[in-house]
Amino acid sequence: MNFFTHFGRYILMLKGMLSKPENTKLYWKELMHQCVEIGIGSLGIVSIISIFMGAVSALQTAYQITNPLISKVIIPQIIRDTVILEFAPTLICVVLAGVVGSKIASELGNMRVSEQIDALEIMGINTKTYLVLPKIVAAIITIPMLVVLAMVLGIYGGRMTVAASGIISTNTYDRGLMEQFLPYNVFFAMMKAYTFAFIISSIPAYYGYYVKGGSLEIGKSSTTSVVVSCIVVLIADYILAALLL
Amino acid sequence: MIEFKNITKKFGDKVVLDDVSHLMQTGKTNLIIGTSGSGKTVLQKCLVGLFEPDAGVIIYDGKDFTHMNEDERKLLRQQIGMLFQGSALFDSMTVEDNVKFPLDMFTKDSNATKLKKVNEVLERVNLIGSNKKFPSEISGGMKKRVGIARAIVLNPKFLFCDEPNSGLDPQTSMLIDKLIYDITNEFKMTTIINTHDMNSVMEIGDNILYLKDGKKEWTGNSKDIIFSDNKNLNEFIFASEFLQDAKQLRMMEAGKKP
Repeated sequence: MNFFTHFGRYILMLKGMLSKPENTKLYWKELMHQCVEIGIGSLGIVSIISIFMGAVSALQTAYQITNPLISKVIIPQIIRDTVILEFAPTLICVVLAGVVGSKIASELGNMRVSEQIDALEIMGINTKTYLVLPKIVAAIITIPMLVVLAMVLGIYGGRMTVAASGIISTNTYDRGLMEQFLPYNVFFAMMKAYTFAFIISSIPAYYGYYVKGGSLEIGKSSTTSVVVSCIVVLIADYILAALLL
Repeated sequence: MIEFKNITKKFGDKVVLDDVSHLMQTGKTNLIIGTSGSGKTVLQKCLVGLFEPDAGVIIYDGKDFTHMNEDERKLLRQQIGMLFQGSALFDSMTVEDNVKFPLDMFTKDSNATKLKKVNEVLERVNLIGSNKKFPSEISGGMKKRVGIARAIVLNPKFLFCDEPNSGLDPQTSMLIDKLIYDITNEFKMTTIINTHDMNSVMEIGDNILYLKDGKKEWTGNSKDIIFSDNKNLNEFIFASEFLQDAKQLRMMEAGKKP
Protein backbone atom coordinates (compact mmCIF):
# COMPACT_ATOMS: atom_id res chain seq x y z
CA MET A 1 0.00 0.00 0.00
CA ASN A 2 1.26 3.46 -0.82
CA PHE A 3 1.22 6.60 1.31
CA PHE A 4 -2.07 7.89 -0.10
CA THR A 5 -3.90 4.62 0.62
CA HIS A 6 -2.71 4.68 4.23
CA PHE A 7 -3.54 8.36 4.60
CA GLY A 8 -7.00 7.94 3.09
CA ARG A 9 -7.80 5.00 5.33
CA TYR A 10 -6.44 6.90 8.36
CA ILE A 11 -8.77 9.83 7.59
CA LEU A 12 -11.71 7.45 7.13
CA MET A 13 -10.91 5.86 10.50
CA LEU A 14 -10.96 9.29 12.16
CA LYS A 15 -14.22 10.16 10.40
CA GLY A 16 -15.72 6.78 11.32
CA MET A 17 -15.07 7.24 15.04
CA LEU A 18 -17.21 10.38 15.19
CA SER A 19 -20.57 8.76 15.76
CA LYS A 20 -23.11 8.71 18.58
CA PRO A 21 -22.10 6.31 21.35
CA GLU A 22 -24.43 3.34 21.90
CA ASN A 23 -24.14 3.76 25.68
CA THR A 24 -22.62 6.97 27.06
CA LYS A 25 -21.95 5.47 30.50
CA LEU A 26 -19.86 2.63 29.08
CA TYR A 27 -17.94 4.97 26.80
CA TRP A 28 -17.19 7.27 29.75
CA LYS A 29 -15.94 4.28 31.72
CA GLU A 30 -13.68 3.32 28.82
CA LEU A 31 -12.39 6.91 28.55
CA MET A 32 -11.52 6.99 32.26
CA HIS A 33 -9.84 3.59 31.93
CA GLN A 34 -7.71 4.90 29.06
CA CYS A 35 -6.85 8.08 30.99
CA VAL A 36 -5.51 5.90 33.79
CA GLU A 37 -3.66 3.60 31.38
CA ILE A 38 -2.06 6.41 29.38
CA GLY A 39 -1.69 9.11 32.04
CA ILE A 40 -1.01 7.29 35.30
CA GLY A 41 0.73 4.45 33.47
CA SER A 42 3.32 6.85 32.02
CA LEU A 43 3.91 8.92 35.18
CA GLY A 44 6.97 6.95 36.31
CA ILE A 45 8.92 7.04 33.06
CA VAL A 46 8.04 10.71 32.44
CA SER A 47 9.18 11.70 35.94
CA ILE A 48 12.50 9.87 35.71
CA ILE A 49 13.31 11.19 32.22
CA SER A 50 12.32 14.75 33.14
CA ILE A 51 14.47 14.95 36.28
CA PHE A 52 17.54 13.56 34.50
CA MET A 53 16.87 15.71 31.45
CA GLY A 54 16.99 18.86 33.61
CA ALA A 55 19.97 17.61 35.60
CA VAL A 56 22.07 16.81 32.54
CA SER A 57 21.08 20.10 30.89
CA ALA A 58 22.33 21.95 33.95
CA LEU A 59 25.70 20.20 33.97
CA GLN A 60 26.26 20.58 30.23
CA THR A 61 25.20 24.22 30.16
CA ALA A 62 27.54 25.04 33.03
CA TYR A 63 30.34 23.13 31.32
CA GLN A 64 29.98 25.24 28.17
CA ILE A 65 29.87 28.60 29.93
CA THR A 66 33.57 29.15 30.49
CA ASN A 67 33.72 32.88 29.77
CA PRO A 68 33.91 34.71 33.12
CA LEU A 69 32.13 37.71 31.53
CA ILE A 70 28.92 35.70 31.14
CA SER A 71 26.80 35.67 34.25
CA LYS A 72 25.91 32.22 35.58
CA VAL A 73 22.35 33.44 36.03
CA ILE A 74 21.97 32.54 32.38
CA ILE A 75 22.23 28.82 33.27
CA PRO A 76 18.68 28.50 34.73
CA GLN A 77 17.33 30.58 31.84
CA ILE A 78 18.85 28.21 29.29
CA ILE A 79 17.58 25.20 31.21
CA ARG A 80 14.11 26.73 31.55
CA ASP A 81 13.77 27.62 27.89
CA THR A 82 15.17 24.36 26.49
CA VAL A 83 13.02 22.30 28.83
CA ILE A 84 9.84 24.27 28.11
CA LEU A 85 10.35 24.76 24.40
CA GLU A 86 11.78 21.43 23.32
CA PHE A 87 12.66 18.81 25.91
CA ALA A 88 9.33 18.56 27.72
CA PRO A 89 6.96 18.57 24.74
CA THR A 90 9.07 16.90 22.06
CA LEU A 91 11.42 14.55 23.89
CA ILE A 92 8.72 13.35 26.27
CA CYS A 93 6.27 12.82 23.38
CA VAL A 94 8.86 10.86 21.40
CA VAL A 95 9.35 8.64 24.46
CA LEU A 96 5.58 8.36 24.90
CA ALA A 97 5.25 7.43 21.23
CA GLY A 98 7.18 4.30 22.20
CA VAL A 99 5.50 3.67 25.55
CA VAL A 100 1.88 4.60 24.76
CA GLY A 101 1.97 4.10 20.98
CA SER A 102 3.23 0.54 21.07
CA LYS A 103 0.68 -0.29 23.77
CA ILE A 104 -2.21 1.12 21.73
CA ALA A 105 -1.07 -0.60 18.52
CA SER A 106 -0.48 -3.98 20.14
CA GLU A 107 -3.73 -3.85 22.16
CA LEU A 108 -5.85 -3.09 19.10
CA GLY A 109 -3.83 -5.46 16.93
CA ASN A 110 -4.37 -8.29 19.39
CA MET A 111 -8.09 -7.52 19.50
CA ARG A 112 -8.19 -7.57 15.70
CA VAL A 113 -6.40 -10.89 15.17
CA SER A 114 -8.28 -12.62 18.00
CA GLU A 115 -11.57 -11.47 16.41
CA GLN A 116 -12.58 -9.38 19.45
CA ILE A 117 -13.15 -6.37 17.18
CA ASP A 118 -15.33 -8.52 14.90
CA ALA A 119 -17.27 -9.69 17.98
CA LEU A 120 -17.98 -6.07 18.93
CA GLU A 121 -19.01 -5.23 15.35
CA ILE A 122 -21.42 -8.17 15.31
CA MET A 123 -23.00 -6.86 18.52
CA GLY A 124 -23.76 -3.63 16.63
CA ILE A 125 -21.07 -1.51 18.29
CA ASN A 126 -19.10 1.05 16.28
CA THR A 127 -15.63 -0.23 17.17
CA LYS A 128 -13.87 2.89 15.91
CA THR A 129 -15.92 4.99 18.33
CA TYR A 130 -15.70 2.54 21.22
CA LEU A 131 -12.05 1.49 20.90
CA VAL A 132 -10.19 4.26 19.07
CA LEU A 133 -11.91 7.50 20.18
CA PRO A 134 -11.42 7.02 23.97
CA LYS A 135 -7.71 6.34 23.42
CA ILE A 136 -7.21 9.51 21.38
CA VAL A 137 -9.29 11.67 23.74
CA ALA A 138 -7.51 10.21 26.78
CA ALA A 139 -4.13 10.97 25.17
CA ILE A 140 -5.20 14.55 24.40
CA ILE A 141 -6.31 15.00 28.02
CA THR A 142 -3.40 13.34 29.82
CA ILE A 143 -0.32 13.89 27.66
CA PRO A 144 -0.37 17.72 27.96
CA MET A 145 -0.62 17.21 31.74
CA LEU A 146 2.42 14.95 31.59
CA VAL A 147 4.24 17.59 29.55
CA VAL A 148 3.50 20.23 32.21
CA LEU A 149 4.78 17.81 34.85
CA ALA A 150 7.89 17.21 32.72
CA MET A 151 8.53 20.97 32.57
CA VAL A 152 8.29 21.31 36.34
CA LEU A 153 10.40 18.24 37.08
CA GLY A 154 12.98 19.12 34.40
CA ILE A 155 13.52 22.59 35.86
CA TYR A 156 13.56 21.13 39.37
CA GLY A 157 16.11 18.49 38.30
CA GLY A 158 18.36 21.30 37.06
CA ARG A 159 17.90 23.14 40.35
CA MET A 160 18.90 20.09 42.39
CA THR A 161 21.96 19.54 40.22
CA VAL A 162 23.30 23.08 40.28
CA ALA A 163 22.88 23.13 44.05
CA ALA A 164 24.45 19.70 44.59
CA SER A 165 27.43 20.38 42.34
CA GLY A 166 27.94 23.93 43.61
CA ILE A 167 27.62 25.59 40.21
CA ILE A 168 25.29 28.29 41.53
CA SER A 169 23.13 28.65 44.61
CA THR A 170 19.45 27.79 44.56
CA ASN A 171 18.61 31.46 45.17
CA THR A 172 20.54 32.47 42.06
CA TYR A 173 18.88 29.65 40.14
CA ASP A 174 15.40 30.77 41.21
CA ARG A 175 16.19 34.38 40.37
CA GLY A 176 17.47 33.36 36.94
CA LEU A 177 14.33 31.35 36.26
CA MET A 178 12.16 34.42 36.68
CA GLU A 179 14.25 36.74 34.53
CA GLN A 180 13.21 37.22 30.89
CA PHE A 181 10.46 34.65 31.17
CA LEU A 182 8.08 34.60 28.16
CA PRO A 183 4.66 33.05 28.96
CA TYR A 184 4.17 32.60 25.20
CA ASN A 185 6.77 29.81 25.35
CA VAL A 186 4.45 27.82 27.60
CA PHE A 187 1.55 28.41 25.21
CA PHE A 188 3.75 27.24 22.31
CA ALA A 189 4.81 24.14 24.26
CA MET A 190 1.17 23.30 25.03
CA MET A 191 0.24 23.66 21.35
CA LYS A 192 2.96 21.14 20.60
CA ALA A 193 1.81 18.84 23.40
CA TYR A 194 -1.80 18.72 22.11
CA THR A 195 -0.66 18.15 18.52
CA PHE A 196 1.81 15.42 19.47
CA ALA A 197 -0.73 13.74 21.77
CA PHE A 198 -3.09 13.40 18.82
CA ILE A 199 -0.31 12.07 16.58
CA ILE A 200 1.10 9.50 19.01
CA SER A 201 -2.34 8.08 19.79
CA SER A 202 -4.09 8.15 16.41
CA ILE A 203 -1.25 6.73 14.28
CA PRO A 204 -0.68 3.64 16.48
CA ALA A 205 -4.47 3.21 16.71
CA TYR A 206 -4.60 3.14 12.90
CA TYR A 207 -1.80 0.56 12.63
CA GLY A 208 -3.30 -1.62 15.35
CA TYR A 209 -6.88 -1.38 14.13
CA TYR A 210 -6.07 -2.46 10.58
CA VAL A 211 -3.48 -5.14 11.35
CA LYS A 212 -3.81 -8.37 9.36
CA GLY A 213 -2.24 -11.71 10.19
CA GLY A 214 -0.97 -13.05 13.51
CA SER A 215 1.34 -12.22 16.39
CA LEU A 216 4.28 -11.47 14.08
CA GLU A 217 2.24 -8.83 12.26
CA ILE A 218 1.13 -7.30 15.58
CA GLY A 219 4.80 -6.82 16.50
CA LYS A 220 5.61 -5.37 13.08
CA SER A 221 2.65 -2.98 13.13
CA SER A 222 3.55 -1.88 16.64
CA THR A 223 7.14 -1.11 15.60
CA THR A 224 6.02 0.64 12.40
CA SER A 225 3.51 2.73 14.32
CA VAL A 226 6.20 3.95 16.75
CA VAL A 227 8.62 4.78 13.92
CA VAL A 228 5.96 6.62 11.88
CA SER A 229 4.67 8.46 14.97
CA CYS A 230 8.18 9.65 15.88
CA ILE A 231 8.85 10.88 12.33
CA VAL A 232 5.49 12.68 12.16
CA VAL A 233 6.10 14.24 15.60
CA LEU A 234 9.45 15.61 14.42
CA ILE A 235 7.95 16.96 11.19
CA ALA A 236 5.07 18.54 13.15
CA ASP A 237 7.64 19.99 15.60
CA TYR A 238 9.42 21.74 12.74
CA ILE A 239 6.18 23.01 11.19
CA LEU A 240 4.87 24.36 14.52
CA ALA A 241 8.19 26.04 15.27
CA ALA A 242 8.22 27.64 11.83
CA LEU A 243 4.62 28.81 12.15
CA LEU A 244 4.39 29.89 15.77
CA LEU A 245 7.84 31.24 16.67
CA MET B 1 -35.16 -17.05 8.31
CA ILE B 2 -32.15 -15.94 6.33
CA GLU B 3 -32.12 -16.17 2.58
CA PHE B 4 -29.22 -15.30 0.35
CA LYS B 5 -29.32 -15.15 -3.41
CA ASN B 6 -26.50 -15.21 -5.97
CA ILE B 7 -23.77 -14.26 -3.50
CA THR B 8 -20.44 -13.67 -5.23
CA LYS B 9 -17.28 -12.54 -3.49
CA LYS B 10 -13.85 -11.99 -5.01
CA PHE B 11 -10.51 -11.14 -3.42
CA GLY B 12 -8.48 -9.65 -6.26
CA ASP B 13 -8.84 -12.07 -9.18
CA LYS B 14 -9.71 -15.03 -6.94
CA VAL B 15 -13.40 -15.88 -6.84
CA VAL B 16 -14.07 -17.19 -3.32
CA LEU B 17 -17.88 -17.40 -3.58
CA ASP B 18 -19.49 -17.97 -6.92
CA ASP B 19 -23.23 -17.33 -7.24
CA VAL B 20 -24.25 -19.09 -4.01
CA SER B 21 -27.95 -19.11 -3.04
CA HIS B 22 -29.62 -20.87 -0.12
CA LEU B 23 -32.35 -20.58 2.52
CA MET B 24 -31.43 -20.86 6.23
CA GLN B 25 -34.46 -22.12 8.12
CA THR B 26 -35.85 -20.77 11.40
CA GLY B 27 -35.58 -23.03 14.44
CA LYS B 28 -33.10 -25.31 12.68
CA THR B 29 -29.37 -25.84 12.82
CA ASN B 30 -28.20 -24.83 9.37
CA LEU B 31 -24.72 -26.10 8.54
CA ILE B 32 -22.30 -24.75 5.98
CA ILE B 33 -19.75 -27.47 5.28
CA GLY B 34 -16.80 -27.80 2.95
CA THR B 35 -13.06 -28.29 2.85
CA SER B 36 -10.67 -25.59 4.08
CA GLY B 37 -10.68 -22.77 1.53
CA SER B 38 -14.10 -23.66 0.14
CA GLY B 39 -15.49 -20.26 1.16
CA LYS B 40 -17.64 -21.13 4.18
CA THR B 41 -16.07 -18.56 6.55
CA VAL B 42 -16.23 -15.88 3.83
CA LEU B 43 -19.91 -16.74 3.27
CA GLN B 44 -20.65 -16.46 6.99
CA LYS B 45 -18.76 -13.15 7.23
CA CYS B 46 -20.79 -11.87 4.25
CA LEU B 47 -24.00 -12.91 6.01
CA VAL B 48 -23.15 -10.94 9.17
CA GLY B 49 -21.77 -7.96 7.26
CA LEU B 50 -18.08 -8.30 8.12
CA PHE B 51 -17.45 -8.65 4.37
CA GLU B 52 -19.49 -6.99 1.64
CA PRO B 53 -20.46 -9.36 -1.19
CA ASP B 54 -19.58 -8.19 -4.71
CA ALA B 55 -22.97 -9.37 -5.95
CA GLY B 56 -26.17 -10.89 -4.58
CA VAL B 57 -28.61 -10.11 -1.78
CA ILE B 58 -28.96 -11.26 1.83
CA ILE B 59 -32.44 -11.17 3.34
CA TYR B 60 -33.16 -11.39 7.09
CA ASP B 61 -36.87 -12.07 7.73
CA GLY B 62 -37.81 -10.30 4.51
CA LYS B 63 -35.48 -7.31 5.05
CA ASP B 64 -32.70 -6.73 2.54
CA PHE B 65 -29.51 -6.64 4.65
CA THR B 66 -27.23 -5.80 1.71
CA HIS B 67 -28.91 -2.45 1.10
CA MET B 68 -29.40 -1.40 4.72
CA ASN B 69 -27.60 1.72 5.96
CA GLU B 70 -25.23 1.53 8.93
CA ASP B 71 -27.90 2.47 11.52
CA GLU B 72 -30.33 -0.17 10.22
CA ARG B 73 -27.56 -2.75 10.30
CA LYS B 74 -26.68 -1.82 13.88
CA LEU B 75 -30.29 -2.41 14.91
CA LEU B 76 -30.42 -5.76 13.13
CA ARG B 77 -27.10 -6.82 14.61
CA GLN B 78 -28.59 -6.58 18.08
CA GLN B 79 -30.65 -9.61 17.03
CA ILE B 80 -27.53 -11.52 15.98
CA GLY B 81 -25.27 -13.55 18.25
CA MET B 82 -22.02 -15.02 17.07
CA LEU B 83 -19.64 -17.62 18.43
CA PHE B 84 -16.17 -17.18 16.94
CA GLN B 85 -13.67 -19.89 16.14
CA GLY B 86 -11.29 -18.65 18.84
CA SER B 87 -14.21 -17.61 21.09
CA ALA B 88 -13.11 -13.91 20.84
CA LEU B 89 -13.62 -13.29 24.56
CA PHE B 90 -12.39 -9.96 25.93
CA ASP B 91 -9.14 -10.87 27.71
CA SER B 92 -9.33 -8.11 30.30
CA MET B 93 -12.82 -9.07 31.47
CA THR B 94 -14.00 -11.92 33.66
CA VAL B 95 -16.43 -14.54 32.37
CA GLU B 96 -19.26 -12.65 34.05
CA ASP B 97 -18.25 -9.30 32.54
CA ASN B 98 -17.84 -10.86 29.09
CA VAL B 99 -21.39 -12.21 29.20
CA LYS B 100 -22.76 -9.03 30.80
CA PHE B 101 -21.12 -6.74 28.23
CA PRO B 102 -23.96 -6.81 25.61
CA LEU B 103 -26.47 -6.17 28.43
CA ASP B 104 -24.41 -3.22 29.71
CA MET B 105 -24.18 -1.79 26.21
CA PHE B 106 -27.74 -2.22 25.01
CA THR B 107 -30.06 -2.43 28.01
CA LYS B 108 -31.00 -0.05 30.79
CA ASP B 109 -31.72 -2.82 33.29
CA SER B 110 -30.43 -2.60 36.85
CA ASN B 111 -27.18 -4.35 37.67
CA ALA B 112 -29.07 -6.96 39.71
CA THR B 113 -31.33 -7.78 36.76
CA LYS B 114 -28.36 -8.05 34.44
CA LEU B 115 -26.50 -10.33 36.84
CA LYS B 116 -29.60 -12.52 37.15
CA LYS B 117 -29.73 -12.84 33.37
CA VAL B 118 -25.99 -13.57 33.20
CA ASN B 119 -26.32 -16.33 35.78
CA GLU B 120 -29.28 -17.80 33.90
CA VAL B 121 -27.34 -18.11 30.65
CA LEU B 122 -24.21 -19.34 32.42
CA GLU B 123 -26.33 -22.01 34.06
CA ARG B 124 -27.79 -22.85 30.64
CA VAL B 125 -24.29 -23.51 29.28
CA ASN B 126 -23.25 -25.37 32.45
CA LEU B 127 -20.79 -22.76 33.65
CA ILE B 128 -22.08 -21.95 37.11
CA GLY B 129 -19.26 -20.95 39.47
CA SER B 130 -16.91 -19.62 36.78
CA ASN B 131 -18.17 -16.03 36.94
CA LYS B 132 -15.02 -14.48 38.31
CA LYS B 133 -12.52 -16.39 36.19
CA PHE B 134 -10.64 -14.73 33.34
CA PRO B 135 -10.54 -16.27 29.85
CA SER B 136 -6.88 -17.21 30.37
CA GLU B 137 -7.91 -19.34 33.37
CA ILE B 138 -10.46 -21.55 31.62
CA SER B 139 -10.24 -24.41 29.09
CA GLY B 140 -11.01 -24.22 25.36
CA GLY B 141 -14.39 -25.92 25.81
CA MET B 142 -15.33 -23.51 28.60
CA LYS B 143 -14.32 -20.55 26.43
CA LYS B 144 -16.67 -21.81 23.71
CA ARG B 145 -19.47 -22.08 26.25
CA VAL B 146 -18.78 -18.54 27.51
CA GLY B 147 -18.85 -17.45 23.85
CA ILE B 148 -22.24 -19.12 23.42
CA ALA B 149 -23.53 -17.55 26.65
CA ARG B 150 -22.42 -14.08 25.44
CA ALA B 151 -23.99 -14.72 22.04
CA ILE B 152 -27.40 -15.68 23.46
CA VAL B 153 -27.64 -13.29 26.41
CA LEU B 154 -29.70 -10.75 24.41
CA ASN B 155 -32.02 -13.52 23.13
CA PRO B 156 -30.96 -13.16 19.49
CA LYS B 157 -33.07 -14.40 16.60
CA PHE B 158 -30.00 -15.45 14.64
CA LEU B 159 -26.99 -17.37 15.96
CA PHE B 160 -23.82 -17.78 13.93
CA CYS B 161 -21.13 -20.25 14.94
CA ASP B 162 -17.79 -20.34 13.17
CA GLU B 163 -16.25 -23.80 13.62
CA PRO B 164 -17.51 -24.28 17.18
CA ASN B 165 -15.62 -27.57 17.55
CA SER B 166 -12.19 -26.53 16.36
CA GLY B 167 -9.48 -27.47 18.84
CA LEU B 168 -11.80 -29.49 21.05
CA ASP B 169 -11.73 -33.19 21.92
CA PRO B 170 -14.55 -35.34 20.45
CA GLN B 171 -16.46 -35.58 23.73
CA THR B 172 -16.41 -31.82 24.36
CA SER B 173 -17.26 -31.23 20.68
CA MET B 174 -20.40 -33.33 21.07
CA LEU B 175 -21.37 -31.43 24.22
CA ILE B 176 -21.01 -28.11 22.38
CA ASP B 177 -23.01 -29.47 19.42
CA LYS B 178 -25.79 -30.65 21.70
CA LEU B 179 -25.81 -27.33 23.53
CA ILE B 180 -26.14 -25.36 20.28
CA TYR B 181 -28.81 -27.73 19.01
CA ASP B 182 -30.85 -27.51 22.24
CA ILE B 183 -30.53 -23.72 22.44
CA THR B 184 -31.65 -23.41 18.81
CA ASN B 185 -34.80 -25.38 19.52
CA GLU B 186 -35.42 -23.78 22.89
CA PHE B 187 -35.16 -20.16 21.68
CA LYS B 188 -36.46 -20.88 18.13
CA MET B 189 -33.39 -19.27 16.60
CA THR B 190 -32.02 -19.49 13.11
CA THR B 191 -28.61 -21.01 13.70
CA ILE B 192 -25.89 -21.08 11.07
CA ILE B 193 -22.84 -23.20 11.79
CA ASN B 194 -19.62 -23.41 9.78
CA THR B 195 -18.01 -26.75 10.31
CA HIS B 196 -16.00 -29.57 8.86
CA ASP B 197 -16.57 -31.78 11.87
CA MET B 198 -18.30 -34.95 10.70
CA ASN B 199 -19.89 -35.65 14.07
CA SER B 200 -21.63 -32.26 13.91
CA VAL B 201 -22.80 -32.93 10.36
CA MET B 202 -24.32 -36.28 11.27
CA GLU B 203 -25.71 -35.27 14.69
CA ILE B 204 -27.16 -31.79 14.27
CA GLY B 205 -27.35 -31.14 10.53
CA ASP B 206 -31.00 -30.13 9.98
CA ASN B 207 -30.21 -28.19 6.83
CA ILE B 208 -26.81 -28.60 5.21
CA LEU B 209 -25.17 -26.52 2.50
CA TYR B 210 -22.04 -28.12 1.03
CA LEU B 211 -19.64 -25.70 -0.67
CA LYS B 212 -16.98 -26.85 -3.10
CA ASP B 213 -14.49 -24.28 -4.47
CA GLY B 214 -16.88 -21.44 -3.61
CA LYS B 215 -19.87 -23.00 -5.37
CA LYS B 216 -23.00 -24.61 -3.97
CA GLU B 217 -22.46 -28.33 -4.56
CA TRP B 218 -25.17 -30.03 -2.53
CA THR B 219 -27.93 -29.36 -0.01
CA GLY B 220 -29.91 -31.67 2.24
CA ASN B 221 -29.94 -32.91 5.83
CA SER B 222 -27.87 -35.39 7.84
CA LYS B 223 -30.05 -38.33 6.75
CA ASP B 224 -29.79 -37.41 3.07
CA ILE B 225 -26.00 -37.43 3.27
CA ILE B 226 -25.83 -41.18 3.88
CA PHE B 227 -27.69 -41.91 0.69
CA SER B 228 -26.25 -39.15 -1.44
CA ASP B 229 -24.46 -40.18 -4.62
CA ASN B 230 -22.67 -36.85 -4.98
CA LYS B 231 -19.06 -37.93 -5.56
CA ASN B 232 -17.44 -34.77 -4.16
CA LEU B 233 -19.65 -34.82 -1.07
CA ASN B 234 -18.92 -38.49 -0.41
CA GLU B 235 -15.19 -37.92 -0.81
CA PHE B 236 -15.39 -35.05 1.66
CA ILE B 237 -17.67 -36.62 4.27
CA PHE B 238 -16.56 -40.21 4.13
CA ALA B 239 -12.87 -39.52 3.69
CA SER B 240 -11.58 -42.44 5.79
CA GLU B 241 -12.12 -46.16 5.22
CA PHE B 242 -13.80 -46.35 8.61
CA LEU B 243 -16.41 -43.78 7.59
CA GLN B 244 -16.87 -45.42 4.19
CA ASP B 245 -17.60 -48.71 5.98
CA ALA B 246 -20.04 -46.95 8.27
CA LYS B 247 -21.87 -45.49 5.26
CA GLN B 248 -22.09 -48.91 3.58
CA LEU B 249 -23.39 -50.44 6.80
CA ARG B 250 -26.08 -47.76 7.16
CA MET B 251 -27.11 -48.19 3.54
CA MET B 252 -27.37 -51.97 3.92
CA GLU B 253 -29.44 -51.49 7.06
CA ALA B 254 -31.77 -49.26 5.08
CA GLY B 255 -32.02 -51.93 2.38
CA LYS B 256 -30.19 -49.86 -0.22
CA LYS B 257 -27.38 -50.99 -2.45
CA PRO B 258 -24.06 -49.49 -1.26
